[in-house]
Amino acid sequence: MTPAPDTAPATASASGQGSPDRPDDVLTVRNLGVTVGGRKLVEDVDFTIRAGERVGLIGESGSGKSLTALSVMGLLPDGLRATGSVRLAGVGHDLVDADEARMSRVRGKEIAMVFQEPMTALNPTMKVGRQIAEVLLVHRTRPDRASARAAAVDLLAQVGLPDPAAAVDAYPHQFSGGQRQRVVLAIALANDPALLVCDEPTTALDVTVQARVLDLIVRGVQDRRSAMLFITHDLAVVATACERVMVMYGGRVVESGPVQEVFTRPRHRYTRGLIGASDLTAVDDRGRLATIPGSVPPAGRFPAGCVFRNRCAHATEACATRPDWVPTGPDSGYACFHPVAESGVRGTAVPTNQEAGRG
Amino acid sequence: MIVRLVKRIAVLLVSLVVSSVLVFAFMAVLPGDPARVALGTSASETAVAQLREQFGLDRPFVAQYLSWVHGLVTFDPGTSYISHTEIGPQLADRLQVTLWLVGAGMVLACILAVPMGILMAVRHRRPSGLILSALSQAGVAVPAFLAGILLITVFAVGLGWLPANGWTPPAQDPVLFLKQLVLPVLSLGMVQGAVLTRYIRSAVLDVLREDYLRTARAKGLRPMRALVRHGLRNAAVPVVTVLALQLATLLVGAVVIERVFVIPGLGSLLLDSVSNRDLIVVQDVVMIIAMAVLLVNFLVDTIYLMIDPRLRGGSS
Repeated sequence: MTPAPDTAPATASASGQGSPDRPDDVLTVRNLGVTVGGRKLVEDVDFTIRAGERVGLIGESGSGKSLTALSVMGLLPDGLRATGSVRLAGVGHDLVDADEARMSRVRGKEIAMVFQEPMTALNPTMKVGRQIAEVLLVHRTRPDRASARAAAVDLLAQVGLPDPAAAVDAYPHQFSGGQRQRVVLAIALANDPALLVCDEPTTALDVTVQARVLDLIVRGVQDRRSAMLFITHDLAVVATACERVMVMYGGRVVESGPVQEVFTRPRHRYTRGLIGASDLTAVDDRGRLATIPGSVPPAGRFPAGCVFRNRCAHATEACATRPDWVPTGPDSGYACFHPVAESGVRGTAVPTNQEAGRG
Repeated sequence: MIVRLVKRIAVLLVSLVVSSVLVFAFMAVLPGDPARVALGTSASETAVAQLREQFGLDRPFVAQYLSWVHGLVTFDPGTSYISHTEIGPQLADRLQVTLWLVGAGMVLACILAVPMGILMAVRHRRPSGLILSALSQAGVAVPAFLAGILLITVFAVGLGWLPANGWTPPAQDPVLFLKQLVLPVLSLGMVQGAVLTRYIRSAVLDVLREDYLRTARAKGLRPMRALVRHGLRNAAVPVVTVLALQLATLLVGAVVIERVFVIPGLGSLLLDSVSNRDLIVVQDVVMIIAMAVLLVNFLVDTIYLMIDPRLRGGSS
């Protein structure tokens, strides 16, 4: 079992059935799994996010990070099933296996989500003002259409859309990708959610607008004291937006900890590889950028034991059994038999958001 | 928006002209002289020449074409070579009958297909969806005329609930009109409805996979409400296209159904005129059907503009 990175491993799953462990815990995920048919796509994921905390979830495509986010939202695609427990502060029921009626009261109000692809996330046949107003009217946070529309104008102003009063009457195709993502963000922030889930919200955007949208997201959650779960494969984005990071691979959390710590002193071999691959200044003796050898296996085809062992240069026979979680602090730990030595590691600088300067 | 509409009207006019030329040219190159046909093989050359002159068949093709078009545009297509009756009132009568058939058939098809298609899409993984799917598949496989004959056998001959055939104008006897309309409309509408159901199912399935539907659910809309508010309008775009194509096939289907139910519609007129070699009437009926198809396509283009704001363009 991979225990909660930020709680004592022994008590983690025991408390999973009840309400969140501590008063300021917003999201408590215990033993989360996602299965399709008999295959496990996500396995034993445990974590907690506290009020106002911004947590990054990183990993390559196929590592299970989006499925983790969708499980929290209760929006897994048809045929996929979540197991375990997902509790949200202030919500009296478990979000895993909750019925639609209950989940629809939580979605858009307590938990909101910003999706990866702004070009397709909005209804092309509905004016954006109505799309924003809808989330206010559905949850009755505004009494009528007129006040919801006024609130929509206000929200569009908050996300920095030029001429918000006119923008509410425009259709999505009249905006650029960055502007559309601002509209999606306005919808997500409309009801001041306790938790904002972002699934690669800047990946599809031009680099020149990535930093600005990222800044808006961070400011939006800070203003509302909302917690954030931020999924990305871009380490620089995590370093800019998050305080804590979890590294996922093969459907499991393999390492977690404060951003500074994980990025400068990674312990798991996979994290180390990921950081090495993100360093665009370091080249090998043939002048090539560092990569992680091999590729991510298809879902459910990861090796038994340590999921990373077939791509890991340090793997031994011991790795055929599953490594235990090694806590290294209240919020950090890793699951590796052959961790990067704690001392003498070449300190890799925290990647910075290279777009920040251009924004 | 106005510019687009004007463009589409221009396209409609051009296609009307092109199709009229095609219809005329096709009839002109057909072997067989209408005057000779009208008078029979025993008529003398001079009599035939006289009739040719009377019908204006001795004029150049361009002049003949222009006077034909002029007749259509002024709703005065002249008299038949064969029956020597006015074609105009006949066409109007027959068109009315066929419009009743096709219109009611289309309405029935939509009433059946819209809820069925949506239900099949929403339940596509459940047994109820599969059963509906199989039913509609069977419906697609049955040709309209066969459905008509089966319906006659069961409801007219077997149970005697409804008349097997015939036509009464609604003004004359509304009850009998409706009774006689039921079976032909059922046979047209059920088959078209089955086809339409499958298109609606796949359009809704496509929309269900769209990101904006997930966004709608992430806002807190329940699945059905998300589909109704955000999905159906988007699903309507491909369905409207199919609807236009179906109207064309319904017109053709009506030709056969009118035969089965002995209904004096445009289709019956067409078939009668073909067997009588009444070429001018054939030409007019074919042109009316072509015009109907073009007009429906024009309407569909206009409906697109209403459904999808992306097509309106330049409004920002």
